[in-house]
Amino acid sequence: MRTLVHALAGAGALLAAALPGSAQAGKATDTLVWATDRDAEIILPLYNPIREVVIMSTLGWDTLLYRNEKFEYEPLLAKSYKWVDDKTMEFVLREDVTFHNGQKFSAEDVAYTVNHLVGEESGVTTRTNVDWMKSAEVVSDHVVRIHLKEPFPAALEYLAGPVVMYPKGNFDNVKEVGGKKDYGTAPAVGTGPYMVTGQKPGEAFTFKANPNYFGGPKGKPQIGTIVFRIIPDPEAQIAELLTGGVDWLWDVPKDKAEQLEAMGPLTVVNAPTMRISYIQFNSSGKNGTQSPFTDKRVRQAVAHAINRESIAKNLVGEASEVVHAACYPTQFGCTDDVPKYEYDPVKAKALLAEAGHPNGFATDIYAYRQREFTEAVIGDLAQVGIKANLKFMQYKALRELVWEAKTAMHHMTWGSFSINDVSAITSHFFKMGRDDYAMDEEVKGWLDKADTTVDPAMRKEFYKKALAKISGEVYWLPMFSYAKYYAFSKDLNFTPTPDEIPQFYNASWK
Amino acid sequence: MLAYALKRFGVSILVAITVSIVTFTLLRLSGDPAASMAGEGATEADIEYVRQHYGFDRPLVVQYADWARKAVQGNFGESYYLKLPVAEVLFERLPVTMTLGALALTFAVLLSIPLGVLAAIRPNSLIDRFALTLAVVGQALPSFFFALILILFLGVKWRLLPISGSESWLNFIMPAIALGYYATPAFMRLTRAGMLDVLSSDYIRTARAKGLKPPVVLFKHALRNAIIPVVSLAAVQLGFMLGGSIVIETIFSLNGVGRLAWQSIQRSDFEMMQAIVLVVACLYIVLTYLADLLNAYLDPRIRVG
Repeated sequence: MRTLVHALAGAGALLAAALPGSAQAGKATDTLVWATDRDAEIILPLYNPIREVVIMSTLGWDTLLYRNEKFEYEPLLAKSYKWVDDKTMEFVLREDVTFHNGQKFSAEDVAYTVNHLVGEESGVTTRTNVDWMKSAEVVSDHVVRIHLKEPFPAALEYLAGPVVMYPKGNFDNVKEVGGKKDYGTAPAVGTGPYMVTGQKPGEAFTFKANPNYFGGPKGKPQIGTIVFRIIPDPEAQIAELLTGGVDWLWDVPKDKAEQLEAMGPLTVVNAPTMRISYIQFNSSGKNGTQSPFTDKRVRQAVAHAINRESIAKNLVGEASEVVHAACYPTQFGCTDDVPKYEYDPVKAKALLAEAGHPNGFATDIYAYRQREFTEAVIGDLAQVGIKANLKFMQYKALRELVWEAKTAMHHMTWGSFSINDVSAITSHFFKMGRDDYAMDEEVKGWLDKADTTVDPAMRKEFYKKALAKISGEVYWLPMFSYAKYYAFSKDLNFTPTPDEIPQFYNASWK
Repeated sequence: MLAYALKRFGVSILVAITVSIVTFTLLRLSGDPAASMAGEGATEADIEYVRQHYGFDRPLVVQYADWARKAVQGNFGESYYLKLPVAEVLFERLPVTMTLGALALTFAVLLSIPLGVLAAIRPNSLIDRFALTLAVVGQALPSFFFALILILFLGVKWRLLPISGSESWLNFIMPAIALGYYATPAFMRLTRAGMLDVLSSDYIRTARAKGLKPPVVLFKHALRNAIIPVVSLAAVQLGFMLGGSIVIETIFSLNGVGRLAWQSIQRSDFEMMQAIVLVVACLYIVLTYLADLLNAYLDPRIRVG
């Protein structure tokens, strides 16, 4: 009988340990669990461009500079920096920094990292993140110089963003796959406030607080463990959040966010992001694609026909704002001082009549994201006689069509890779690249000058000229900024930032 | 029996070879693997390098022969996306799917066979109607929807079971119910129909006339014969469950082969897709083969016929 009782008690204890009530999330276990639906197999910064890896890179790794919430640059791994000339930057480094593997951080590590990343064979997934650098050289133990290929004013933005520092030798002994070194398999070692302690590709990644972290602008880590979990199904994510299996979610749809808010036990926040929605027209008839949109008056009519304010507030979220220039307002060089198009369907009809379309016309509109937003646009266009037929497809497929200039009009979004500089958006779309439908030499000329001038005032002046012409000609109709719904535990102190890089290293328990 | 087993084995091998040829050919026809592997923004030279390096420039027959030779030795190549041997990834994920499939089948059998037997003993009774209702609901309810209902009640409202992940055996209960319930109606109806048929046969009447106890008549004489088609169906259903757990694995965040298949399609990971289809097909073939042998053992008429 005693044996039976013991056996039952043991089984009960096992069951209790396995029950969901003992989930490893929350304040009680000092473990912050966040989840998304995106698969991450590789978490090495610069070797996987997905947003989740960018977020994890801020936990495990540090950059030379730090961009604060006011979008100002502060030293992080560097104590100070200066421009030696238009193409050379010099950094004096902190002396109290240690990598997670115990290696002391020095100028050798910076030079090693930069020289590795810029190499043709480095395998960095987004080359624009590193292609602006030429090389790095050690000046002394804690002084290093980075040489640029050309004058590149946005350098600070990249040095405070994607360009993280690895320990010297980190990429020396990586696996070879298909005759090429696979640098993505290198050790996940950085200097950041959290250390990678568990990697289960496709399931979860665990970060533990770095007890030796130097602090600096990121501050000392407040939460013991941070776990990133991959939960592909959005309903399961919300169910986990409600039952305490997960502490933090984002990209919660508006209707669900409102329901969660009404239920009470969670904090629900709608916060702006750097991503903006836009409609692009094949205004130049690129690749022989003829459409009514080669006429400026038709493009202006579209701009007046769409009630952007209503879409922003009613469909996107309270934090969404109408955008007037082809950039996000906080980005360096962005200005609101451009021609604006208020919602005016009568004026839109008049412009269409003037352009020879008194009864409107039929066209295709391509889109890939948030079908309901594009459907609202289609509804507004129908009011002025433009019958837009929705062609909704996957991002990759639509991007191919755009690159082949096969769309007359498409509704897409751009997040600028969270780079707070106009060069990451306006220059991308108007410098005769694959995404440029305007093919305007004058705009390109201004952007070229702004992108390569170090003088901030000059940059702003050239960007303003370009942005004013883009809006005046309605080459590209900015619609609204995106706003994300965040839902998280009431025990958590967390403030969203518009760059869509949640600062978990700053989070704490209440 | 041995002749029958060898004959069935030969057929199974031929089916496996056919599946591998069809899969290999279809995957190669679905697009240029070199272009997919070279990735976005790859130049013609990059694509050409991949084509030559991975041997995609060789005739399809040569590529297949090379792949088949290595596959027989358990080498399915390397996943270009994960940079890991395909076999390593696949066999790491397989236990999750096998556990899910086995539990789902167990659930389906444990629920449906007793209900099927009871419904057959008391046709048109309340229990028969209940079994019928359960079968109709099971057939009509999509598994993803049933999964969400389970999450809502067992996970969120009553907090009895964990919702996602595969850390403990408790994580498998909801997915197993969701996956197994879909197979329940077929088992139940087959058991009921088989039992009704057998119970009205002469040898059962004789057994009863001999004065055998009802449980002996029911389980020893009737069920053994009525269950033969259920055994075949169980093998087929388990095959379906192993291959068709993509949705359930995704909803419950189980890192199994179903989810791996979905991920591999999205990543155009040809080597991985090929291996998954072949391994799942082989499991299906093995299960069908075992079911055939079991049926032949249970019913000697099969092996003679």
